[in-house]
Amino acid sequence: MSNMRSLSFDAIIIGGGGAGLRAALELAKSGKKTAVLSKVFPTRSHTVSAQGGITCAIASADPNDDWRWHMYDTVKGGDYIADQDAAEYMCSEGPKAVFELEHMGLPFSRFDNGRIYQRPFGGQSKEFGAGGQAARTCAAADRTGHALLHTLYQNNLKNNTTFLNEWYAVDLVKNANDDVVGCIAMDIETGEVVHVKSKATVLATGGAGRIYASTTNALINTGDGIGMALRAGFPMQDMEMWQFHPTGIYGAGTLVTEGCRGEGGYLVNKDGERFMERYAPNAKDLAGRDVVARSMVMEILEGRGCGENGDHVFLKLDHLGEEVLGKRLPGIVELSKTFAHVDPAKEPIPVVPTCHYMMGGVPTNIHGQAIMQDADGNDKIINGLFACGEAACVSVHGANRLGGNSLLDLVVFGRAAGMYIEGALNEGIEYLDASESDIESAMKRMNRWNESTGGETVPELKRELQSIMQNSFGVFREEKNMVEGVKKLAELRERIANAHLPDKSNAFNTARVEALELDNLMEVAEATAISALERKESRGAHSRYDYPDRDDVNWLKHSLYFPADKKLGKRDVNFAPKTVDTFEPKVRTY
Amino acid sequence: MVTNITNFGRSGLSDWLVQRVSAVILALYTVFIVLYLLLNPGLDYATWSGLFAQTWMRIFSLLAFVSLAAHAWVGLWTVTTDYLKPTGLRVGAQTAIILAIFVFLVWGIQILWGA
Amino acid sequence: MLQVSIYRYNPETDSAPYMQEFQVDTQGRDVMVLDVLHMVKEQDNGMAYRRSCREGVCGSDGMNMNGKNGLACITPLSEVVKDGKLTLRPLPGLPVIRDLVVDMGLFYKQYERIQPYLQNDTPAPAIERLQSPEDRDKLDGLYECILCACCSTSCPSFWWNPDKFVGPAGLLQSYRFLADSRDTATRDRLAELEDPFSVFRCRGIMNCVAVCPKGLNPTRAIGKIRDMLLANAT
Repeated sequence: MSNMRSLSFDAIIIGGGGAGLRAALELAKSGKKTAVLSKVFPTRSHTVSAQGGITCAIASADPNDDWRWHMYDTVKGGDYIADQDAAEYMCSEGPKAVFELEHMGLPFSRFDNGRIYQRPFGGQSKEFGAGGQAARTCAAADRTGHALLHTLYQNNLKNNTTFLNEWYAVDLVKNANDDVVGCIAMDIETGEVVHVKSKATVLATGGAGRIYASTTNALINTGDGIGMALRAGFPMQDMEMWQFHPTGIYGAGTLVTEGCRGEGGYLVNKDGERFMERYAPNAKDLAGRDVVARSMVMEILEGRGCGENGDHVFLKLDHLGEEVLGKRLPGIVELSKTFAHVDPAKEPIPVVPTCHYMMGGVPTNIHGQAIMQDADGNDKIINGLFACGEAACVSVHGANRLGGNSLLDLVVFGRAAGMYIEGALNEGIEYLDASESDIESAMKRMNRWNESTGGETVPELKRELQSIMQNSFGVFREEKNMVEGVKKLAELRERIANAHLPDKSNAFNTARVEALELDNLMEVAEATAISALERKESRGAHSRYDYPDRDDVNWLKHSLYFPADKKLGKRDVNFAPKTVDTFEPKVRTY
Repeated sequence: MVTNITNFGRSGLSDWLVQRVSAVILALYTVFIVLYLLLNPGLDYATWSGLFAQTWMRIFSLLAFVSLAAHAWVGLWTVTTDYLKPTGLRVGAQTAIILAIFVFLVWGIQILWGA
Repeated sequence: MLQVSIYRYNPETDSAPYMQEFQVDTQGRDVMVLDVLHMVKEQDNGMAYRRSCREGVCGSDGMNMNGKNGLACITPLSEVVKDGKLTLRPLPGLPVIRDLVVDMGLFYKQYERIQPYLQNDTPAPAIERLQSPEDRDKLDGLYECILCACCSTSCPSFWWNPDKFVGPAGLLQSYRFLADSRDTATRDRLAELEDPFSVFRCRGIMNCVAVCPKGLNPTRAIGKIRDMLLANAT
């Protein structure tokens, strides 16, 4: 391995989506030697698919809006296992981060007074739930993610950020003290494998929705950062918490924004009944996503689903009129015509709950520093490792994320990580260099694939993994099915360890990338499965037939999955915000 | 900003404007000549020569010749920069074109104002 | 059975590119071209193409399908297949790295050249900069560009001068900032575009408009830039 080229940076950011680009921008401005390493050209990252908006109390739709109300909604939406210090930080810093985006040029839609347009989204309230529905989601039509990602990329160009585009991070490199000191990465175009040394390694690798057969996520969402951290032996937090978005287009899985319901659309069953009125009499279609998704599945299971097989429901938008649709939801009109063959101005869109977002991830503090536990169960910072965005679990989303909070999470904590790393670099960071054998062990799985001579192929194994997850760890879960799922995954892990990569060429070998991604999907799937099986309660997105109630006595906790022995531990939720009173857990209704 | 020393006005905007203004002049001139020929079926040398003896016709014609020269140069320069990639070949072609245009222009002026 | 003919080139093993035939069983369904590529990749692990969002917003899978540029993920077979045959080639005019993957370097360079970021030399207010809905409407049809390169690689002017002509995608973004009421760098931006190549190589062929998968109109934006240049210089 001594002939391997190495590159050195102060900070390497793995992932070129919203979180990675926001962190990079902060560091590029500071003049630190930073690079963004992304397996796709940055504007192809999944942030681009975000539609409805970025939720933030900028007091535009309502001049009296208050970030504390937003914080209350976030904590309640997360079913009380969101860390309150983190939610406080996100909601209070949010307006600054959103105004910065606007100053960078993000083309937000506008109100007549020239301020940023805000629309109602699910789970939003005024006056801590007492003041009715709020409109707090800042939007650029229904292409907010696209506008945000392009704006961030553009401003990174402006600040001369170094980009390693179409490079794939294979594994983290740890030194003898278990500090993270960089990664092994492959230039996809040439196949060259490089040792990237850095004082700060930021995982901004996004989600892993591709562990499910049906997902709104891009094909690239394979949990690469989670996989790398798990293989490095670091724990993952709340991995059982997967959000199923109520409105994925039936059959295609593509997302239809919650903004549709924010603009006045609603769900109907086969009888044309607006069924959410029964499940959430106040918020109706704008209840938390977990609540709406479960209600839809109940309707389908009770025989009131639409279509030949009664396996979906309809999202009705035609009453909004072509003008509103064209102005506020133009992308949705396009998507439903392409993927559902339906013009929403005339007919309802067939939708079904679809895997959408990973609430769990690398546990971090509000500075993006990755956290593990010492032998006594106390938090311990992992030197050199940071995470932000969907890959991280700060945790602001708890057991269920509110719509529009993901984009805010990206920019607030991407920025926070960048600022913290800048400060730390100024104070000076020195870690022990990685030894030959440290690098050797980070190269292990890459070498394994390259030396494979026979066995099963990647696509069929991936399909099998996705079907196990879909069948055993979906919207509703129960013990027996999950035990079986965990067993099947264990077998699948063995088979993947012996799978075959037929194409071993170097130039733009996407087959090799997909093989490496499969390892990561496997890591994420197993962490999800074991966490889901062990959390014996129903909370937020995690609902079990066999434990239908929330159990605050035993489970008002984060779950912490340890990869070495595949055991689930617990970690305390933060209930100590700095400037507001704690929001005590209450029964969660909408 | 792409810098270039061989185009007409060193500015894409002026080239673009010259191309359009000269096109209008050439169109007007063409229409005039065609109409004149149609309205004078039995045209003889004396009438034709008489037309060109008038000062306004000479000015109009000169304007058309200059427009043609400018229009041809801008157009052909563009064609050479599109299709002739080797520098030597392109500069050679451009030199030949500009010489030809110059010769034709002077010759035209001589016919118009001479004798 | 669908007959698919695909441009193949692997620089490590092929001295020249060639077309390879595949038979794909779509079971009679009207799937997207990208789904067909997934099926081909299961037959031939080495098939290289880019893809990400699979819903037409990331711009990864621009390619030439039966002679027309577009995004594979939102092009159904019914829209493109003729006589039961589908021919897939990389985007024309850019160097091929492998199979359907092209080197987008020149395309991105032209994008970077137009300074694709808001410039405003006045101090930023404590809140957002205000913008009227009418001014914001001027950005519609411009900011939605996904940088898929379908337009620029279908433009003969870009084929002939990819190093000097900004191309439809870059110019659409250039106008996106010229049209933004919050941008104060209009004069500098225009000065950068006045030369005979950057904007004026556009001959109004309008291939860009015909292929844009997002339904945008770069030719119109280029016309607007020309109008601004003229107004600025006369």
